[in-house]
Order: sequence, then structure tokens, then C-alpha cells
Amino acid sequence: MKDYKYIGKDVTRIDALDKISGAATFVDDIDFGANLLYAELIESTEASALIKNIDVSEALKVKGVYKIFTGKDFHNRFGLYMKDRYVFDQERVRFVGEQIGAVVAFTPEAAKSAVSLVKVEYEPLPAVLNQMDALKSDAPLLHPEVENYPRVPWFYPKGGTNIAHWRKTRKGDLEKGFANADVILEETYSVPRYAHCALETHIAVAKFDHSGRLTVWSSSQSPHTQRNLFAEALGLSHKDVRVITPYVGGGFGGKAGVTMEIIPAVLATQLKGYAVKLRYSREQEFTNTYQRLGLIAKIKMGATKEGIITALEHQLYWDAGAYVEYGANVVNAVGLSASGPYRIDNVSIDSICVYTNLPPGGPYRGFGYSEMLFGLESHISRMAHQLNMDEVEFRRINAIKPGDKTAYGAKMNPSGLQECIDKAAKAIDWGKKPISEDPTKVIGQGFAIFWKAPAMPPNASSSAFLKFNEDATINLLISGMDIGQGYQTVMAQIAAEILSVPPAKIRVETPDTDRNPYEWQTVASHITWSCGNAVKNAVLDAREQIFTLIHRVYHFPLDALYLEDEAVKCKTDPAFILPLKNFVVEGIMTEDGTFKGGPINGRGMFMPEFASTKDNPETSQGGHPNVHYTVGAAGLNLEIDQETGKMKVLKVALAIDAGKAINPDLVKGQITGGLLQGLATVLYEDMRFNEKGKLLNPNLTDYKIPTAKDVPEEIIPIIVEVPQPDGPFGARGIGEHTMLPAAPMIANAIEDALGIRIKSLPITAEKVALTCLREKAKQ
Amino acid sequence: MKEISLILNNEPRNVQVETNEILLDVLRNKLGIKSPKCGCERGDCGTCTVLLDGKAVRSCLILAVEAENHNITTLEGISKEKLSALQEAFIEFNSFQCGYCAPGIILAVTELLEKNPHPSLEEIKESIAGNLCRCTGYTPIFDAIMSLTGKGAK
Repeated sequence: MKDYKYIGKDVTRIDALDKISGAATFVDDIDFGANLLYAELIESTEASALIKNIDVSEALKVKGVYKIFTGKDFHNRFGLYMKDRYVFDQERVRFVGEQIGAVVAFTPEAAKSAVSLVKVEYEPLPAVLNQMDALKSDAPLLHPEVENYPRVPWFYPKGGTNIAHWRKTRKGDLEKGFANADVILEETYSVPRYAHCALETHIAVAKFDHSGRLTVWSSSQSPHTQRNLFAEALGLSHKDVRVITPYVGGGFGGKAGVTMEIIPAVLATQLKGYAVKLRYSREQEFTNTYQRLGLIAKIKMGATKEGIITALEHQLYWDAGAYVEYGANVVNAVGLSASGPYRIDNVSIDSICVYTNLPPGGPYRGFGYSEMLFGLESHISRMAHQLNMDEVEFRRINAIKPGDKTAYGAKMNPSGLQECIDKAAKAIDWGKKPISEDPTKVIGQGFAIFWKAPAMPPNASSSAFLKFNEDATINLLISGMDIGQGYQTVMAQIAAEILSVPPAKIRVETPDTDRNPYEWQTVASHITWSCGNAVKNAVLDAREQIFTLIHRVYHFPLDALYLEDEAVKCKTDPAFILPLKNFVVEGIMTEDGTFKGGPINGRGMFMPEFASTKDNPETSQGGHPNVHYTVGAAGLNLEIDQETGKMKVLKVALAIDAGKAINPDLVKGQITGGLLQGLATVLYEDMRFNEKGKLLNPNLTDYKIPTAKDVPEEIIPIIVEVPQPDGPFGARGIGEHTMLPAAPMIANAIEDALGIRIKSLPITAEKVALTCLREKAKQ
Repeated sequence: MKEISLILNNEPRNVQVETNEILLDVLRNKLGIKSPKCGCERGDCGTCTVLLDGKAVRSCLILAVEAENHNITTLEGISKEKLSALQEAFIEFNSFQCGYCAPGIILAVTELLEKNPHPSLEEIKESIAGNLCRCTGYTPIFDAIMSLTGKGAK
């Protein structure tokens, strides 16, 4: 393997000093001076209703209130993949917490107290609060116009129903597959909604100045996508819209696309010269951004007694919420990949996006794969047991290999899934579970494998600018977001390696769409791969400029030149060493006193030109919708208190194929953090709605995310490296994937320990204890 | 409005506050101290943690008037001369990702190490059990602290 100087090294994060000294600036840390207005939302108290009247007369009397806006003032529609939302409701509300209007005031207190005085008169409509009810033939329709909504070509809504999109994937002959099976197993699994719980709530500040220029400061994963959607919704030119995105206090998908940010943006257009701030409370963060979609999955699987899976029928019914402009693409992504990381000849997948009167479902780390894999990997474990096979061996036999065909007909990319399975199993001593010293406790082992592809439009692209400074330090201008994963550091490492300049001499800052080149969004665990390629291309462009200049001045052959230790060197003349700082801005003086060259500025871009969503909508065959998959495997030892159901993860190992870990410590950081976020969705987090669709626990007291005391006793991160052929230095993304195996491996470990199978999430201690009691009562 | 005096990061400061204003808002909006963050406004998350006479408190649960004549320390105060050994360890062990919880956690652990330079892992967990971190999974934070306690990182 090639010996790299900076790639594959635990380089110190380049945002470390900012974040550890307190210097890091988040949106709410920016001062906007005297012309700052505060917006507060008027929110629906009904899950489904017509708005008959909005009386703002008392609210307007509150001292400090400037103006109040409602749907009458703005008719702008928006949405990423399907335009099914309005900035403010026009006549009808579709979930509790939906924005009806906004009070704008000179102080936050005035805005808040005015909101409480707004009187909204509703005419309640019947609400549907789960996807199965919404699919009934007599269910009230949330969006009777769904077929007319502008949308991407790969969505297929069904008029006259609550189905916003239906992804069908068909491969082989399902009936034949089941006929060839010795064992057929059918089951239904359910996964509720979850909240991202980034510690920084959503916030955006917008200013429309007197020249007609809109600037929005937002906490976002998607500055250019926001600019695009703002320009589109407001009818402004892209050059007149500027989005500035400082550090983001956690995203996890929740700050992708556009949600509340469009509200201050449109308000600002009616408040020329003022800056308008909207900062969400923790409660609003739960109720009116995105939530993870809920899922009911019906799985029918057939296998031979030798352990070959012959057929899979996977029906996925998604509770996608009141608006699915982003969430429908979660449904689409899983609809292509619900075979899981298995080679199965006969597959039928129906992934159905259903409108419900609950908050909008949208992207959440894992993009639907966590939900899908809970059922599938639970089912795999049970099928193995039915066949009297070891479940890890069963996975090994059926695991997809490079070159195998996916369910939609594309070829599987190079990947180290077998190696991940072997290493994860070995790390937890699979098959040799320890015995608890405490007689009231039992220990079970659980295992799961996973895959995920970036879900993105086929023309999603990245670009990069690289500017040399006089001292040969570098400013790297890119527009991905460091939402904590360490993206800026990894991009600097790629530039550093090729230019032989230490990463500490490269500055990467958060983007500003006016200054930084285009990036689609920081989602899909794709920017290490996509933006990494753009950075690589920008660096190669700069290097070519350097070599061309040296060639012009010194006449060395181009292919003899190379970069080392911040200098240009020449293979044919070892005495030649020209430090970059001598010429990258000021050029090179020649004998007659004239200069050649000038500032070196590289530019690069990347678009996966092989991707396509053009396929047969009845089978999904024919396109190339996914650029590649990242795969992995995980196993754990789980100790369970038989009386209380309380669980403790004693040891957990997660192996992931990063292609090439550009910064191994950052990869391990994703494993450690993602695993706990995944474990929390099984063990702790539990979203409760009442029968009127109101969320009952929108706070961090009642919706429990893990604390320092909820950490597994031992975590073993394992990095596997089977290079991605088109990845920068072979790298592919791993950020979301670290969450994926958590839920099924817990369910599998519980069955291993207690002999009970839990088929719905979350699996809290209470649920385990009650299930045990019920089982005992049956005996 | 009432004028209060306090010692902020070792410097005497006077500020006009409303009697119902929380310390977090006064620090951020009137005294230019931005490292304490708002995450929940009800004491659940710990991102607004500051030291009051060396003791970690939630600045969203304390009225500014309660800080009168007390010492308030924030991350800005700790970083003034050079980074503390704890901050250096946080960098070395990647004990942060998005950085939003880091100021509060560093202050909570600063108090712990001041009182108990050789805490056990359990004591470390207890000291930051009220500071949520959604990114790191906490383990890198434990590792950084353990590296300073003479017991070494795991």
C-alpha cells in the first residue's frame, strides 16, 4: 500500500481550536444590531382543520409588536423533491404545530406574548394519525391535489389516495422463489417516529436590504440548496440571494433541505432593511422541523434448508407526515435497497409513502435504512434459527458480493462485507457468550449487517476553489458543512497530501454562497467521496498550474516535476528545490527582471456522470440510481435484568468498510457516536402522541436521549478498507451507517437471552419486562 | 431594571438587567459572552453551563440578579492565556464534534478536576451526566479526562 504523509493519519481537527476555545461562531452568536426583529410563530392546535378566521387585533396591541403575517400575505410554495408545502397555511392545517402565521416584534418577549393573544377559529376535519388508517379507501385525503404538485421525475403519487409516492422494485420470479424454498417466514415489524435532537435548535436570520438583496444566516447542512429554494419560492435571482452558514450545532439530517428557514426569508422581503430572526424553542424543534418517518414493514422470506434465501417480499408502509417534500425520497431510497445487503434472486419491494396528520417526516441519519433494517435483520436472525443455522453463518452465505446484481439490476460495488462480518463476530467472541455473575441477569448476543447508498439526484455535484496565499498557506473554499463529522479536516488532508503542505497550513471555513463554489448538500454520507473528488480535482488543477509555470521558466520536463515538503522538486535535477512560498502568488523573476506566473488558484468539480434515475417505474430496472453502497457489520453482548428488563451493553463491535479511512480517528468518532444514537432509538427514545395528534413529550426530560451514564461498557470500532474505485484515495462515506445495526442487534440479543421476540421499537426496559411477564402468564 | 456588579472571567463588570432576566441571556446579549449556548431553556441539556464561584450551574436556570457580587467563569475566561490541559486533551482525543456542548462540558469537568484531580470513570460520568452530547457518544470525552487523571486513557 502506498505510504501517505497525511492520508490515513489522525490529523488534528482544523476546527478544534475554534470549538474548544469558545471562539466558534454559531448563528445565534452573531450580533445584528438595532434593526433586529424577532419572529414567533402562530401554530396550529389542530391536526386537521380548516382555518375560518384569524383575529390578530389583541395581539397587535402588545407593546413592541411590529407586524403580524399570515397565509393571506404569502402564497409561496416550497419543497425539495415535491412542492407540497406553503410557507404559511393557506386555508387548511395538517398537523399540530404547523405554522399559520408569524408575529414580528422588537423583542422576543413581545413576540411571544402577542402570539398567545392571536385567536384562530378552526373547523375541525377528520384526521388520520397512522399510515394504515390513511390507506383505507374511505380515509380523508390530506392532499387531493397531490398528482398536480411539481416534483422530481422519479416520484409516483397516486391521485385520490394519501399515497404521495410508491416505489416498486421487482427482480426475478417471486412465486418461483417461494416454491423453491423449504422454509417461508412471514412477519410484520413496526418502527415509530424519532427526533434528531441536535443540541442547537433550528435558527435563521434573514435580511432583505434596500437594494433588494436577501441574505440569510442559517444553521443548515444545505447552504446552496437553501439559496436555490429561497430564490425559487420568492422569485429572486440566485445572484441576489446569499446564504451564510456558520458552524452548526448538530444536524443528523434535520438541518438538511429547507424547513423553518424559509419563514424569516419570506418575512424579510416585507420588512426591508430589518434583520428578522426566528429561533426555535426545544419544543418547536420536536414538532415542526422534520421527524424520522414511522414504518410498518411486512416481510415474507423464503430459504432453502441449505441456507440460501430464494425469495423476499418486502412491503414498507411509511408514516411520512403532513408534507413529504423531502421524506418521499427516504421512501424511494429504501424502496430500491430493501433487499438489504443480500444477494437474492427473486425480490419484490413496495415502498409506499403515506400522508398522515403528523409532523413532516424527513431525512434523519440513516435515511430510512435503520427503519428497514430493524425488520429485515430481525427476520434474518429468525430465519436462521428456523433453519437451525448459526445466524452469522446464514448472513455470510447470503451476503452480497462485489459484482452481484442488486434488486434493481445494478452491479454491487467493491466492498468488504465478508471481512466486516468476520471481524465484528470475532471481536465479540460470537457464539461464546459470557454468563452474568449476577443470577438475576442474563446475557444475549446480537448481530446485524447493514448497507446504505447515498440517496441523491443523479446530478448532485460538488465543487472546490483553492487559493494560495503569499506564504504558501492555502484557503480551501468548499460548501459542505462540518456538522461535527470532521469534513473540513478531511478535505484539508486531501489537499495536503497532493500538495505536500501540512493540513495545519490550510484554512477551511464554513461557507457563504457568495464566495464559495457550489455544493448540493451535506447529506447522504457522500461529501467525503463527492466533495473529496472536487477538492482533489482543484488541487490537481493548482498543481498543473505550478508545474506548467516551472516548465516555462526552467524547462524541466513536466513529468519530472513533483511536490515535496512545500516545494517543487525535479527528478532529473536533485539540486532543484523551489519552495512554493517563493512564487505561488508573486510569480518567478526571470533573467531580464520580468516575472512569469501569478497567483495560483485551483478549481475542481465532481458529478457522478454515470448515475441515472431513468428506470421502469413498475420494476425499477434500467437505471443507476445509487452511486455505491457502504457496508458493515456489528455485534454485541447485552446484559438484561430479568425482573426489570433493564439492559446494559457490555461489549459492542462495529466494523465498517470506509474504502480508505482518510482520518481513522474521525471514522472511529462516527462509530462511537452513531452507535449510541442508534442504541438510543431502541433503548430510550420514545415519542408519544395523543389521540389528537399532539406530541406529548417534546422536551429532553420526557424524550430521553442518552447521557454519559448510558454508554456501552466497551466499544470496539473496526475499520475495513476495500477501496472505492472512484473515491478520493479510495474513500467512501460512513457517517450515517454507524447507526444502522443498533436496533435489530438489540432485538436479536434479547431473543438470544430470553427467548422472546420483540417486533416493535422502541425496546425499552419496560417493554422487555412486560413481554417477559406476558410470556410467563402464557406458560 | 437594576444595575448589578459581578466578576466575569476575573474582570469586574456592571450591567443593567431586568429582575426576571436569566443569566444566560445577560451573558450573551449584554456582556458579549457567547460560549454558553442555549439548547433547551429548562436545564435539561447543559449547554449553558457556567461556573459560579467555581461551581458548575445552568445559566438558563439562574436569574442574572442572583449572580450579583459573584464570580462567573465561562470558556472565554479559561481560554484567556492559553488552553488548559483539559482543553488540550479534548483536542487530542477528538472529544467534540459539532462543538455545541463542548463549552458546558469543559466547565463541568473543570469543576470536577478542581475538586477531585483523580476521579474514577464513574465520577467522571456523574459529573457530566447533566450535559448532553448528541455527537460523540461520550467515550472520547471520558478518554480525554482519564488521560489527565494519572490513570491513563482506556
